[in-house]
Amino acid sequence: MSRFIIRRLGFMAVSLFLASVVVFAATQLLPGDVATMVLGRFASQEAKEQLREELGLNRPPVVQYGSWLGGFVTGEWGDSISTGSEVRPLVLQRLRNSAMLALVAFALYVPLGVMLGLIAALKRDSWLDQSISVGSLAFIGLPEFVTGVILIGVFGVQLKWFPASSAIGPDTGFIEALPRLILPAITVSLTSLAYVVRMTRSSTVEVLGTDYVRTARLKGLSSTQVLFGHVLRNSLLPTVTVVAIGIGWLVGGLIVTESVFSYPGLGRLVLFGIQRRDVPLIQASAMIIVLIYGVSNLLADILYGVLNPRIRYR
Amino acid sequence: MSSNPRGRSDSPPGLSPMGSMDTVLDIRRLCIAYETEGKSLPAVRDVSLGIAGRQSYGLVGESGSGKTTLALGAIRYLAENGRITAGEVFFEGRNLLELPAREVRSVRGNRVGMVYQSPSTALNPSIRVGSQVAEVARRHLHMGKAEARERALHMLEQVAMPDPEAVVRRYPHQLSGGMLQRCVIAMALITDPRLLIMDEPTTALDVTTQAVVLDLVAELKSRLDAAILYITHDLAVVARVCDRVGVLYAGEMVEEADLRTLFSRPRHPYTLALLGCIPRYRVDGRRGRLLTIPGRIPHLDELPSGCVFAPRCPLAEEACRASRPPLREIGEGHLSACRRFTAVPTPAAYVEDIESAVDWEAVSLGEERLLEAHDVEQHFPMRGNLFAGKARRKAVRAVDGVTLYVNRGRTLGVVGESGSGKTTLARALIGLEAPTAGRVLFEGEALGGTTARRSRTVLKNIQMVFQDPDASLNPRHPVGEAISRPLYLLRGVRGAELRRKVRELLAAVNLPAAYAERLPGELSGGEKQRVAVARAFAAEPKLVLCDEPLSSLDVSVQGSLMNLLHDLQVEQKTAYFFISHDLAAVQHLSDWIAVMYLGKVVELGDALQVLNPPYHPYTEALLSAVPVPDPGVRQSTIRLEGAVPSPLDVPPGCRFHTRCPRVLGDICRTQEPPWQEGPGSHWLCCHIPCSELEALQGPCLLSVCLEDEGG
Repeated sequence: MSRFIIRRLGFMAVSLFLASVVVFAATQLLPGDVATMVLGRFASQEAKEQLREELGLNRPPVVQYGSWLGGFVTGEWGDSISTGSEVRPLVLQRLRNSAMLALVAFALYVPLGVMLGLIAALKRDSWLDQSISVGSLAFIGLPEFVTGVILIGVFGVQLKWFPASSAIGPDTGFIEALPRLILPAITVSLTSLAYVVRMTRSSTVEVLGTDYVRTARLKGLSSTQVLFGHVLRNSLLPTVTVVAIGIGWLVGGLIVTESVFSYPGLGRLVLFGIQRRDVPLIQASAMIIVLIYGVSNLLADILYGVLNPRIRYR
Repeated sequence: MSSNPRGRSDSPPGLSPMGSMDTVLDIRRLCIAYETEGKSLPAVRDVSLGIAGRQSYGLVGESGSGKTTLALGAIRYLAENGRITAGEVFFEGRNLLELPAREVRSVRGNRVGMVYQSPSTALNPSIRVGSQVAEVARRHLHMGKAEARERALHMLEQVAMPDPEAVVRRYPHQLSGGMLQRCVIAMALITDPRLLIMDEPTTALDVTTQAVVLDLVAELKSRLDAAILYITHDLAVVARVCDRVGVLYAGEMVEEADLRTLFSRPRHPYTLALLGCIPRYRVDGRRGRLLTIPGRIPHLDELPSGCVFAPRCPLAEEACRASRPPLREIGEGHLSACRRFTAVPTPAAYVEDIESAVDWEAVSLGEERLLEAHDVEQHFPMRGNLFAGKARRKAVRAVDGVTLYVNRGRTLGVVGESGSGKTTLARALIGLEAPTAGRVLFEGEALGGTTARRSRTVLKNIQMVFQDPDASLNPRHPVGEAISRPLYLLRGVRGAELRRKVRELLAAVNLPAAYAERLPGELSGGEKQRVAVARAFAAEPKLVLCDEPLSSLDVSVQGSLMNLLHDLQVEQKTAYFFISHDLAAVQHLSDWIAVMYLGKVVELGDALQVLNPPYHPYTEALLSAVPVPDPGVRQSTIRLEGAVPSPLDVPPGCRFHTRCPRVLGDICRTQEPPWQEGPGSHWLCCHIPCSELEALQGPCLLSVCLEDEGG
């Protein structure tokens, strides 16, 4: 098993490395000149040249890449060009915010999705199954800016159950931030719910038809014993991997939701950086997102290995 | 002989008067139907049977006969759309059909044990085997974890499992088929049930493993108090383990009798035909056409109005087609559903009759080498360790140096069990995978490794028939299209000529021309396999590789396919490379036989010579493991211990030495055995000299069958 984990870690390291090259290359290709952005259009050529020299933008790209990567790995992420402050505390703080939102969303849609999927599978082809499938599908199609705005309108403005804006300060604790996290978490969950429901339903239906479930039933076990003792550990396998990979998206990919709710998360930070050609900021936040995806994929692989003995032992 | 209709208050026939109190399972006029698309399909109609304690009842039937439905229905385990429409099932005196669901569940777990056909899918792949076995003890015997584990270990010992302590902690994918089946048997017996239902438990196992499991069942039978319901399609197996037999056809019981009576004097044409279809070994080398039953089992929505077997019965008369004959007692403990039961001949007379009527055409002698394989190897290196040098990287040595040849117009039969490498060899010969070493020559010219590197002529000349027609025929292509593809691609035939040839091919395999429009799903197993044969012959090949073409077919259909293969061979002078684990099939069709074990050929020669002593010890074990379809015969019990070693870790020296009952000693463990020439054209690979083997092995293992036949 440990050999398995080490190999997976190795793969993750390789993919992170490759991603860093891509991130770096992408920022080099951004149109617009950094010096112009910072100093303004009317600055003199010498001033811009001097700034470029200071920022090390005249060195060959490979050297720049090397020094950036070295700095990133040791924790020196440089200073943000647009705000002037250090990049690292800013990114980490946004990471924390994104993690909080991800946690709430995760706690909402995963248990609910699995439960609905199981019910749909156990009662397949009944009206309950049909309505669950159709209902969850209906939400997949709705973009987050639509559902988000509707939720704000209904629950934030009309009913005033939750605050309409989710902007939180840097020092807000989790409990304190919770009311502001509910609406964006629901928005995110609605889209992801359907995937979990469908995945769970189809793999449970498949497992229910296997020979070993028949064996379990003929052993005289009750439906509950069959379900929890034999069915779940096999049918949840695909769901678990899909959910684990989704963690990456939950932390780093919620740019639309964050924008709708004005939530200070990682997604909005990257957007902010891109709009300002703030290369150090873009690079650092993008790399963090890549790291999150890498870790969540690793987690998915490991979890799969833990749950599926055929992978673990030859 | 009395002919009173079977009274309902009687105890099941075949039981002693005292035995009637010990009736464990009493099924009375059970009717089970499936509801689909508004129709009610009667899968089981009016079936009765009774089993006493310590009695083993064999339920024989082919696919579609309803035997599994009957057994599962009796313990009230049916699919969503299955219904028990009539009848009663008494288990230990209680009517199972009237019990509440909870009670039934408790009965199923506690008092009934079930063993399934495919042990590898019958166990949960994510739970350790020991836990699954112990689970029954925990739930039904209310044992604690440690106690249940002890009991599980005890049961595994009872089923002769080697090293139970280690097995208990393994997962199903780490165990072989034979070991898994023993685990399932242990799981079924752990609560000391009164009824053991075994649904084709050895069908998915190798013949040597099957022999071991059958020995186990026979031993359990004598030891336990339980009643055993043994479901199978294989009459030879029934002869080994059952006391009483019931024959099921299309959902109805057509005959029921004691074991010896059924085999020596059956009284229903279907039973007689089934017995006749079992291929027989002939020591004299004379091969006859195999018997088959024309037609197919009726669909449940097209059941004939009279006797259900009448459309296929050679003895049928008007009365048979008009009304359904009742199942009547025609002798002591012998029931038959045939009106004309007195006209049913003895098996010997029946077989002799048919065999003398149609002679086996001899194929003209062909001595020209068509296909040659020289030192072919197929090694699959283990992936993974990037840092291990080539020397340290292990490989799966599926085929490890095989030299064979096939002559024009002749058949080479290749026999071996799972892990022998025969399918891998076939794949290398046909060009699906290039061999890692060795040469393959066709008509004297070296062949490219894969189909991509072979000329169209070669592709046309070497064709293949696969084991499972469900997998080898595209379910979305009509039959005609499947057959026309090789015509189109390899022979360049088009248009009207193409259609004509497709019709010709269908006729050559005895299928009506109308089938060209049908989809494979609408055909029976035997018909689909015929389509596969037609497709293989469409290209007019000189060599056809047949990879276990009969395994997925019922025994009554196997004969017709073998006859067909023979006819085509005579007509088109095609050579066959015929792979099978079934020695009887191989013997019938082959001129030469090669026996493979763990990637190497261990015995090779003229078919007759190979099947006569001296044998390679492995061939000897194979032959002695085949169940003889005659209850009167005592079989020799050469049994191989353990399982085939993994091709990753091939044993040094003679690779059979780990299981060989005649192992000499160190010489077998260290040195590869030399090829020795036996009498006639016959070579085997053993350290024991042929003369000694001949002395040790006694008379032909097959003559045992022949003496009791024909009598």
